[in-house]
Amino acid sequence: MADAYRIAIVGSGPAGLSAAARAAQLGVSHILIEKTDHLSDTIYKYQKGKHVMATPSQLVLRSDMDFEAGKREVVLGTWDEQTAGHDVNVRLNSEVKAVEGDAGNFRITFADGETVSAENIILAIGTQGNPNLVRCPVDDGAVVQYTLDDPGEYVDEHITIIGGGDAGIENALGLAADPEQNNSVTLVNRGPEFATAKGANVKALLAAGDAGRISILTETTASHIGTGEITFDTRDGETKIRCDRVIARMGSAPPRAFVEACGAEFSGPDRNAFPVLSPTFESSKKGVYVIGALAGYPLIKHCMNQGHDVVEFINGNTTLKPADEPILEAKFKNLPGRKSVDEWLEFLRSSVTILEPMTPLQMREFMLDSEVRAYRRGETLFDRADPGSSLFAIASGSVLVQVDADDPSKTVGIECGSIVGEVGLVSGRRRGSTVVAAEDSICVEIPRMAALKLQSQVPPARDAITRIATERQLLQMFGSGLTKEDIAEIVDSAEIMTIKAGEAIIEEGDTGIDLYVIRSGSMVVEKMVGRKPVFLSYLPAGSYVGEMAVLDDTPRTATVRAAIKSEVIKVDGHAFRALLEKNPELLARARSDVEARENVNNFVEAKKDSFSGVVDMYSSISSFLVENGIGEATDVLLIDENLCVGCDNCEKACADSHEGLSRLNREAGRTYAHLHVPTSCRHCEHPHCMADCPPNAIHRGDDGEVFIDDTCIGCGNCQRNCPYGVIRMEKVPPPKPSLLSWLFFGSGPGPGEPEHDWIEERVAEDTPKQAIKCDMCAGIKGGPACVRACPTGAAIRVAPEEFLSVARLETEQG
Amino acid sequence: MATRRADVGTDLAETDEVERSTVSTGARHEGVWRYRGSYWGKMALGISVTLIIAYVLIDVEPRHNGGSWLGYTLGTAGGGLILWLTMLGVRKRAMTPGRWSLKGWTSAHVYLGLSLVVIGTLHTGFQLGWNVHTLAWVLMMIVIVTGIFGITVYGILPRQLSSNRDETTEAQMLETVTDIDRQLFDTAQPLDADGAAVIQEAIDETPFDGGIGQRLSGKYRGGGTARGLADFRARSSHGDRSLDELYDRLEALLARKQAALSRIRRHLRIKALLQIWLYIHVPMTFALLAALSAHIVSVFFYW
Repeated sequence: MADAYRIAIVGSGPAGLSAAARAAQLGVSHILIEKTDHLSDTIYKYQKGKHVMATPSQLVLRSDMDFEAGKREVVLGTWDEQTAGHDVNVRLNSEVKAVEGDAGNFRITFADGETVSAENIILAIGTQGNPNLVRCPVDDGAVVQYTLDDPGEYVDEHITIIGGGDAGIENALGLAADPEQNNSVTLVNRGPEFATAKGANVKALLAAGDAGRISILTETTASHIGTGEITFDTRDGETKIRCDRVIARMGSAPPRAFVEACGAEFSGPDRNAFPVLSPTFESSKKGVYVIGALAGYPLIKHCMNQGHDVVEFINGNTTLKPADEPILEAKFKNLPGRKSVDEWLEFLRSSVTILEPMTPLQMREFMLDSEVRAYRRGETLFDRADPGSSLFAIASGSVLVQVDADDPSKTVGIECGSIVGEVGLVSGRRRGSTVVAAEDSICVEIPRMAALKLQSQVPPARDAITRIATERQLLQMFGSGLTKEDIAEIVDSAEIMTIKAGEAIIEEGDTGIDLYVIRSGSMVVEKMVGRKPVFLSYLPAGSYVGEMAVLDDTPRTATVRAAIKSEVIKVDGHAFRALLEKNPELLARARSDVEARENVNNFVEAKKDSFSGVVDMYSSISSFLVENGIGEATDVLLIDENLCVGCDNCEKACADSHEGLSRLNREAGRTYAHLHVPTSCRHCEHPHCMADCPPNAIHRGDDGEVFIDDTCIGCGNCQRNCPYGVIRMEKVPPPKPSLLSWLFFGSGPGPGEPEHDWIEERVAEDTPKQAIKCDMCAGIKGGPACVRACPTGAAIRVAPEEFLSVARLETEQG
Repeated sequence: MATRRADVGTDLAETDEVERSTVSTGARHEGVWRYRGSYWGKMALGISVTLIIAYVLIDVEPRHNGGSWLGYTLGTAGGGLILWLTMLGVRKRAMTPGRWSLKGWTSAHVYLGLSLVVIGTLHTGFQLGWNVHTLAWVLMMIVIVTGIFGITVYGILPRQLSSNRDETTEAQMLETVTDIDRQLFDTAQPLDADGAAVIQEAIDETPFDGGIGQRLSGKYRGGGTARGLADFRARSSHGDRSLDELYDRLEALLARKQAALSRIRRHLRIKALLQIWLYIHVPMTFALLAALSAHIVSVFFYW
């Protein structure tokens, strides 16, 4: 007969250790089973000397084991000591092969054939044994690894780290820490921001990037790993660098097969789904409990608290509340209706569509970051033009979006369970409309970072947000007559695609009939005239393209390709056709639009012979502008060098309108055919500068301008992130003497930006620098000073779609 | 192939941009001369023609002069206009908020300034002589003529400035010269004293050498770099291959310096031409204001 225990704990990480210590403390018979020959393998495998963090800081630790932030060695030492001190029954070198039986009588079989029996099983095996693998092709001979034990082992290597989570960032910092090792380290992150990493890590990484010790590639994925080199897809196309070793740290997925074999069910088919758990961590299999990273909780403090709590639950303590209970209690205190924290969490989760896939544990973590509020009927959630990038989820009641700024009675309702404010989340723009509660409602406000984390951790939530955003975009596009039900089929068939810069979604001559909506980025439309592609038009985000084929069943008449990395919604042409057939009004409108478009096409066709020179010029200038980032601009300064006399009055005017510092460099920048794109902000659709601003000081204003507010801390992240070099880090000079006193008495430096030395003499040594960039002269009557101050009309500010319009062709020919 | 900008939240039919057959003026480069369809040009022409006709038709006894009612009217208008034209200098430097455009001001300044030829001259009644009154008229004409020079270079030179610059900035051009100088210095180390002196002379030549005449005409003959280039082209080592290579390198560097020098000199020359007239235009304006004051005061006290 095998040994019998009340509790068997599989895995000796922070969660398992804490559970075992609690069991030992309570005098419950237990066994702690560990696969390797040491405790806590995941932390054991951390880099030597790694600083182990203790986040979230607001959470209290409730465990018989001590833990505080410190070096890996100290943390492990403490645990080893206390495990012995608590008389924990540990069984090392024991890999569990199978778990059979039911609650009260489980039989655990080890790899060596031995067995033990237990009444309850706690699975605390984490997810590290199951890392996410690289998905791009890997050549034979290329070195790809998923762990890094000792960064000191590698010298003189070109190392690429894939993954901008904590593990990847810490590996990169470790490899680049000692310049003597002479490693050249590159860190690759799929998104533009490091949403899942701890703030301190991100800061350290950016500092290292700034110092040139690590090169950081964001919005980049590996497309091919060869021997000695790696190829990436970046925002601006493909790039290849030298690479001797790839360390992939792209997270890990639960070891699903084993957990399912134990009888526990998962929340969905997704690779990153977690087991379904009760609030007492019990899985769908009675007697099997799941805690720690495997339960969806990767942070050490949470793991340890769960270890403590689960043993208390098993031991019959039903009144125990989780350690974060007081924090959540405070959040729910002011809501109507007397519900317990658990009831509130369950209520929010089940009422809000995007929160539904979350486990109760994830809900707890999520609500620690988010706020929930009750709104009376008519109370405002947010006002038009408020700055704000949070997402609101409606848990009960409903809200009204005031679509017309002048007439608050024109509203669109959004029902319970849905979300509102997603535009702010995506673009960081100010609120586009005022939203008020239609009835007494309860809404969850999800801050931007929490929303990004939610999307990256819970894929179904990301899909739900995407679906709602798609649905709204399509509804707005097709006009007000349609309802959600009308386009349900289209939304179902819609597919979000990421298009690389330069890639075509529609090729001239193709017979496809699908319709594309540009979600982010922008596209250019080209037509082959003779043997040269002629630029037809520019499509900013929010446009749609490709419906002519649906109506006429004709082959595509032009090519549409991405100007920059873009996202499109592909709408099935047949579904769209069905919609048109059901809605004669929409069909008629579409027809008349298409006719107008055909006229433009015919016009360009006709021009190609008589005015081919003009068409050529237009086409090549357009291509030049798109190459220079106009494709993602919303407003750009263009200088006609046929007119520019080089007086720099634009720079002087800019400086004099903004605390004495110019936000543009007229002379720098690219020029084509005397059309000059100076170094000045383009107010990108998805501003790169916004990607990583610690105080969240960069916003988009009412007129579309991207501006930096007073909360700037001068970290310089935005300057580094801007691909166009338009942000300066400067000390703000004191006010100058007035123009008249300069004119008559020569006091002060005169109009324009003062000399650097003049500023240095007048500001304190330790004055912090601030990020300075164009704000399109927001709030200054008369508009951009650079344009107003140009004596010859050389400077204009334009939206690219206006400047790149085919109508220019007609105008220029008079 | 249908393409359309569909503004989020608005109706398709209303946001059809490509279809428009005109581009808003804000989206086009409209030069100062064509501003508002040359509104101020037409205005100035109208004023001039009207005044000339009036001058011919109106019979002033004994003859046209500044003291007649017409003369006073013209003089007052002219004086006021001169004061207003002077204000462009303030307007240009005072970045006050508001819906003004310096381009509009400049356009009006140019055209109305030209009409001053008619207004001022008719005011004199062609009674010119050696006195403070004619001095004011002469100064005014000098200001206008320099202004015409300004218009001319503003019309011609920007294109040349842009082509010569070719995406480099002035600072970059200067840096290039400094950079070549450093390379010349390093490369010339193995040379004998004679050769080193030639290179030193080339290094000593800066883009700013030469007087104002050379700066404006762009004619630089026989600078240190040109002489050095000629010298090293002529040099041929006698069978000494290592020296051959050195001479080739120096020759290439000297040629690059020559090219860099001529580019930045051309740049500076064009910029100088775009500005030099202001050094007459503006001081003469102040002289004109002084003479004008004397003219007005003397007229009222001593006429």
